[in-house]
Amino acid sequence: MTEHVATNETILVVGGGISGMTAALEAAETGKNVVLVEKNPALGGRTSQLYRYFPKLCHPTCGLEINLRRLKGNPRVRVLTLAEVSGIEGSTGNYTVSVKVKPRYVNENCTACGECERAVETMVDDPFNYNLGQHKAAFLPNAMAYPQRFVLDPSIIGTPDADKAKAACKYGAIDLDMKEETIEVKAGAVIWATGWQPYDAAKIQPYGYGRYKNVITSVEFERLSDIHGPTGGKILRPSDGKEAKNVAFIQCAGSRDENHLRHCSRICCMASLKQTHYVREKFPDGGKSTIYYIDIRAIDRFEDFYQKVQADPTVTFIKSKVAKVTEDENGNPVCHGVDTEGYKRYTTAHDLVVLAVGMEPSVKGINIPGHIASDSSGFIEADPANGAVFGAGCATNALDVNRAVQSATAAALRAIQVVNKVAKAEA
Amino acid sequence: MSANTAVAEKYRNNFLKEIEEQVEMGDWVKMCMQCGVCSGSCPTNFQSAWDHPPQELFMMIRAGKREEVLTSSSMWNCTSCYNCIVRCPRKIPITHIMHGLAEYAHRIGMAPKMQATRFFSGLFWKNATHTGRVNELKLSLGLYFKDGFVQGVKNGMAMQSVALGLVKAGRLNVLELFGGHKCKDQKGIHAMLAKAYEIERVRKAAKMAG
Ligand SMILES: Cc1cc2nc3c(=O)[nH]c(=O)nc-3n(C[C@H](O)[C@H](O)[C@H](O)COP(=O)(O)OP(=O)(O)OC[C@H]3O[C@@H](n4cnc5c(N)ncnc54)[C@H](O)[C@@H]3O)c2cc1C
Ligand code: SF4
Ligand code: SF4
Ligand code: SF4
Ligand code: SF4
Repeated sequence: MTEHVATNETILVVGGGISGMTAALEAAETGKNVVLVEKNPALGGRTSQLYRYFPKLCHPTCGLEINLRRLKGNPRVRVLTLAEVSGIEGSTGNYTVSVKVKPRYVNENCTACGECERAVETMVDDPFNYNLGQHKAAFLPNAMAYPQRFVLDPSIIGTPDADKAKAACKYGAIDLDMKEETIEVKAGAVIWATGWQPYDAAKIQPYGYGRYKNVITSVEFERLSDIHGPTGGKILRPSDGKEAKNVAFIQCAGSRDENHLRHCSRICCMASLKQTHYVREKFPDGGKSTIYYIDIRAIDRFEDFYQKVQADPTVTFIKSKVAKVTEDENGNPVCHGVDTEGYKRYTTAHDLVVLAVGMEPSVKGINIPGHIASDSSGFIEADPANGAVFGAGCATNALDVNRAVQSATAAALRAIQVVNKVAKAEA
Repeated sequence: MSANTAVAEKYRNNFLKEIEEQVEMGDWVKMCMQCGVCSGSCPTNFQSAWDHPPQELFMMIRAGKREEVLTSSSMWNCTSCYNCIVRCPRKIPITHIMHGLAEYAHRIGMAPKMQATRFFSGLFWKNATHTGRVNELKLSLGLYFKDGFVQGVKNGMAMQSVALGLVKAGRLNVLELFGGHKCKDQKGIHAMLAKAYEIERVRKAAKMAG
């Protein structure tokens, strides 16, 4: 592992999603040294797992590509992947951070030729596709992965598969002796951009996620729609591989609910409105979407997006939070509830039910070393008690990409101010 | 009162205020966001007797529909299954409000007179407080004859085999019809109930006074 010369004028960014990348680049482009720590083997975070982006329905890869180009052109950002912060000590302007780095078993020589992948036989779950599919135990995390470097799954280390991979590599890139190590990084300020995770849908018992195969989450639906996803971009339902032409979206699945997440996750109305476009795109004739909702919150300037979907004859809106989901004898998920407009009971079968799951901060549950103020949902709050640890993006709130980027820029500015002061004091 | 509460006050109609003051847990009604989960979860909603699911009753209260709400039979149909409470995203104590509404409608004499649950509750109360013990035979006969003599005989005939089964199993004693067993200190029970009424009356008067 290369030495990282970091001083207390360095800014440490934790989390390499769109927010972390933005904060790192904004700071580096003003001349600061930045260490960017990402726990996955590649940067990009959850946005890289989306099929399309609202509001313009462009591919998330374009936004990512711009950032990656900026990153490649900037020697001031050091990226550590497969790395997690395990401890922070010190105070504003003078932190010492321990970072645990997991072995990748592949070094810088990798050209991403893919020979090791062909040689290896073991298959493992693919977290990039939310485990809807599997990939080889020697793999590139995703098509856009940065760094463009393969990874060996730790499960094959010590098995003949690992030796096969090593033998297949012509570039001497595979190093089976890599070990987990903990390194120390000095930093004047820390930006915490660890993002969000989908709420565990299995906890919403009446909806049957985990019990009924054809009840999936919105993040899984993104992967089903993507050509790089487990179905090659066909919306096929998990139970029998049948085309899912009649799709139900259940809003507020876990959000705005005292039994689950208290907050409105803010983007899931827009996400479902966006996903009705996927249904129409994949099934130009016969595609049908039904949105069950409490109220549609098309935040900010997105009202026009909502109105366009409302005008679409293939989309039906039903003002009702579904009470429960059951399964009929053909494996179709059936939504039960009462329509608030008229108080009529409905029992409606669909091919597939998509739960618009809420966003939960990833920081919840993990122990941010040191004391960090957070709100009742676990999002990081701006608080003087946090010293020079600043939240950015979805670690601070349920945000869309646009707002996450704004929040990251603000965090970068705060961190820059701290290290500027340190620099002045030292001069 | 803050400026915000003052503004909100304007929209709180008299009937909502009345419910908040008079009905057990009535101050939760305003928290309902009309999501529909309670209605969709309510088993009694499968029956035709159910005019208004809880969600609709709450909306009617907010719309000031006093007559329609208090004379409704809907809250009397609540089986206390608690499906609604466990699922309500706002953790509203719906079951308790349903019973609170029924109790209030009854208290002010607006509840539907011959509604079966109400009728049975009255019968049960009279029966139980009279001797301090429930006389099951008299109670069920009372219920059978609720809609008149002819219907009562029909109901009795329909339940004949069940009744005979209960007699055989020693769960029903025909002699109960003549007096039946009672508590030792009936006077004490009546005194206790009178005291309870008194306490309740004082408490409600105090609440009304604000
Ligand atoms: C179904 C769905 C669809 C959506 N569609 C859109 C859309 O179309 N348009 C839009 O604008 N927004 C959309 N969003 C919102 C969008 O996903 C978020 O705004 C965005 O992901 C926020 O980026 P982030 O960097 O803050 O967090 P993340 O993307 O979550 O990135 C956080 C990064 O931090 C890393 N990390 C986490 N914990 C640690 C740790 N302890 N140490 C090191 N690294 C860590 C993670 O691996 C990850 O790479 C959608 C959301 C959902 C749920
Ligand atoms: S590790 Fe070697 S074989 Fe595998 S992709 Fe990289 S260069 Fe190719
Ligand atoms: S954005 Fe929509 S679906 Fe998401 S929590 Fe808010 S209201 Fe519910
Ligand atoms: S479940 Fe709760 S919030 Fe939803 S309609 Fe019923 S009472 Fe109102
Ligand atoms: S407790 Fe009463 S109101 Fe609630 S679901 Fe059960 S029967 Fe319906």
